[in-house]
Amino acid sequence: MSNLTGLRGVPIALDPLNKKDYTSDQEVRWCPGCGDYAILSTFQSMMGTLGIRRENTVIVSGIGCAARFPYYVDTYGMHSIHGRAPAIATGIATAREDLNVWVVTGDGDSLSIGGNHLIHTLRRNVNITILLFNNEIYGLTKGQYSPTSEVGKLTKSSPLGSLDNPFNPISLALGAEATFVARAIDSDRKQLTEVMTAAAQHRGAALVEIYQNCPIFNDGAFEGLKGPEKEDLLINLRHGEPITFGSEGRYCVFRNARHDFEIGETADVDPAAIVVHDAERPDPSQAFALSRLTEGGVMRQAPVGIFRNVQRPAYDDRVREQILEVRAEDQDAALADLLAGPDTWEATAS
Amino acid sequence: MAQPQPLDRVVIRFAGDSGDGMQLTGDRFTAESASLGNDVATLPNFPAEIRAPQGTLPGVSSFQLHFADFDIVTPGDRPDVLVAMNPAALKANLHDLPKGGVIIVDTADFTKRNLAKIGWLHNPLEDSTLSSYKLHALDLTGMASEAVKEFGLGRKDASRTKNMFALGLLSWLYSRETEQTIKFLEDKFARKPDIRDANIAAFRAGHAFGETTEVFEHRYEVGAAPMKPGRYRQITGNLATAYGLITGAKKAGLELFLGSYPITPASDILHELSRRKDLGVMTFQAEDEIAGVASAVGASFAGALGATTTSGPGMALKMETIGLAIMTEIPLVVVNVQRAGPSTGMPTKTEQADLLQAVNGRNGEAPVVVLAARSATDCFDTAVEACRIAVKYRTPVIMLSDGYLANGAEPWRIPDLQAIEPIVPGYATELNGTDKVGEPAFLPYQRDPETLARAMAVPGTPGLEHRIGGIEKDAITGAISYDPDNHDKMVRTRQAKVDAVVADIPDVVVDDPTGRARVLVLGWGSTYGPITAAARRVRLGGRDVATAHLRHLNPMPANLGDVLAAYERVIVPEMNLGQLAQLLQARYLREITSYSRVRGLPISLSELETDLVAEIDTLTEGAAK
Repeated sequence: MSNLTGLRGVPIALDPLNKKDYTSDQEVRWCPGCGDYAILSTFQSMMGTLGIRRENTVIVSGIGCAARFPYYVDTYGMHSIHGRAPAIATGIATAREDLNVWVVTGDGDSLSIGGNHLIHTLRRNVNITILLFNNEIYGLTKGQYSPTSEVGKLTKSSPLGSLDNPFNPISLALGAEATFVARAIDSDRKQLTEVMTAAAQHRGAALVEIYQNCPIFNDGAFEGLKGPEKEDLLINLRHGEPITFGSEGRYCVFRNARHDFEIGETADVDPAAIVVHDAERPDPSQAFALSRLTEGGVMRQAPVGIFRNVQRPAYDDRVREQILEVRAEDQDAALADLLAGPDTWEATAS
Repeated sequence: MAQPQPLDRVVIRFAGDSGDGMQLTGDRFTAESASLGNDVATLPNFPAEIRAPQGTLPGVSSFQLHFADFDIVTPGDRPDVLVAMNPAALKANLHDLPKGGVIIVDTADFTKRNLAKIGWLHNPLEDSTLSSYKLHALDLTGMASEAVKEFGLGRKDASRTKNMFALGLLSWLYSRETEQTIKFLEDKFARKPDIRDANIAAFRAGHAFGETTEVFEHRYEVGAAPMKPGRYRQITGNLATAYGLITGAKKAGLELFLGSYPITPASDILHELSRRKDLGVMTFQAEDEIAGVASAVGASFAGALGATTTSGPGMALKMETIGLAIMTEIPLVVVNVQRAGPSTGMPTKTEQADLLQAVNGRNGEAPVVVLAARSATDCFDTAVEACRIAVKYRTPVIMLSDGYLANGAEPWRIPDLQAIEPIVPGYATELNGTDKVGEPAFLPYQRDPETLARAMAVPGTPGLEHRIGGIEKDAITGAISYDPDNHDKMVRTRQAKVDAVVADIPDVVVDDPTGRARVLVLGWGSTYGPITAAARRVRLGGRDVATAHLRHLNPMPANLGDVLAAYERVIVPEMNLGQLAQLLQARYLREITSYSRVRGLPISLSELETDLVAEIDTLTEGAAK
């Protein structure tokens, strides 16, 4: 599998790097209590463990609160324009095999204005890692409902309640046949580290949805998943293991008589019917069914962990391979031949 | 038959149904003429629909070719010879044919039903409709089908060889080279031997028909045009643009990356570059126009040379991203093959109405360099220059071409690659300053004092890690800055950098053979051909007129103000409502006479000639009073 790692081609660091090496000199300016702080800190620590050179990482963002992320990480970075980061990152990844490319985006940036780029980047399987900070609200523009807000949400732009049905980002990514799809929570440092590391090592497009609290405009959206009952609400997905959760595995995901996924009390379910999580299934249907167990809005239940992790040739690798197969030895001669073309004639002085 | 009669120039228009292969026929006749040393200029004209309903006026496709024994600059306004393959083609093109012109028409489709389809109640071949033309009504389809009988093709496939029969006949009539076409057909249909043999047979039969029949009184020949010595080929504007982008990137030692979305009439550039993997060209067919340009920005940031190709509607979509490249000061080449607008407009028709969009079409003070190609072959030089300026000044460069240049072909003197100057990116590899606490640092917005180009370091360069973006930046460090004075300084610096490109561009050259002209005709882009040809005719008529042509629309050449001041009247012909005229009036505070034609076709040179003569005479008469 090592030859398929997402970091293949990226030079290895000569000396170990740590969180400090990945911290820029810029003052971090998010609101106090913002979930972005925790994600940034986890990311900076995780980067050192990848063992690659700092100068070979590029972080691209669009617009929104999350989009300030690149300024705070001491690598190469671009804070671009609204929604376009996946397209810019596609150009970077295609042009340079030796770069480790990240996109940091929010729910508005990636699912509204940039929705088109997101799905196409995922289906193409460009070798980049997308961190989607989902706070279910527009923060930077001060509190309008977002494409992941629950129906009926009261905001400045929806005083009588929003009318749009929200996206489930995991379902969307699986619908686009993304090869790596995962979800984590801003405050769970351990799981976030695991998921981001696996995403970086995945060759191809990886999407990580991170539930991120916005303390100003949508405070507590994921509080249930962080509180004392979280064990009963978080469905931890572990590849190869039966899906059980709650204290002492009290609950499980099982296949009911209609073959749908359902949550039940483990004690009442035939053990053979309990779903064993297989993130490497080529068909994304099972992962999609798991994604539907998310209860959106004010969170009451959500699967977290790696939904899907399969291998398919990465777009940028294939671009390079196609060139490598036919690239002319002598480029100058090949260009001269091209300009001359097959049909020529000579004009002489008359 | 007697010796062929010499002619100095001929304009032929091949017209037929869009499935009749008229573009191919025209292309081949052009190749035959070019290889004889004629100067050639072509104008393909086809419907946007891939296959419009058969036999209807909207379904007519045509290809006009002008070939001559002297240096020509346009495909000609009006054909001398019209080859019409069906009633619709005859009706759609007849009004362009001057009285006395030659019509060669295929009679096979002149049935009552087909005539009714296009509103002809009587067969024009049988009444006096065409009495003022030299009409040759021939059953081309029938003769072609007869000639290919032995290959056992179906009726439809057999009749489809009629275009090659017509080509063979015309090749005989104008004493063209035939070997190349036979070789071409052998290659094109190598995998379909019966189709190959049938087409060659039809082509030969057409030639033989000319030879043996008494239908044509004369056979003609057009001699070689004097050209600068060298090796030549023919090339279209889109192909020349693709080659220019490859050459520019190679000269800069950068990999070329094209991010593009298919759009008429620019797609052929994407097609050609997609085939050039042998030269290391990376192409990305994006999900939309925005992703096309955004991926190019990413590629340039990563150290390749990013380019994107499009036409008007796509240009509108790319503008925000071009603004990002202006703000981040990243090399980017944007090719706009203009077409008739606004909105979808007329996708297959030409226009020059995107000049103001190119110069001004973004939010904020967002200057870019704007270049325009004057001819198909000039697309090569313009594209190389676009790459040079983009890399040297770290700026987006918009190159304007148009539908007429994109598809029109002309002879091209194959350039000597050694003679093209190298482009030096000079990307940073070392720290170039100190930070606020005095430590050595990389300052991405430190500028070259002459060009004002910023220091650019590509990812992977150790120690120069930095962040850039669309937010206003500190003039030195590139960190986010909302400081009012800094913003004022940065706005002016970005403008000054684009203005500084003027040092790199040559003065505009005026062609004023007698030095006595009082009227200057100033053009840009593809009006070069009609303006040059019209001015020649005006001069042949004994009048003085000066011409000048701009490649550089922003910034404009340093001497342009003096040139404009030197003439009593400045006439600017454009295929828009006077966009260059507006820019010139604003910048140079002088009156400009706008000459505006927006018909989706190149400006008519005979109409322009007449109008120029009138202008010149008015001025002369005015002075005489």
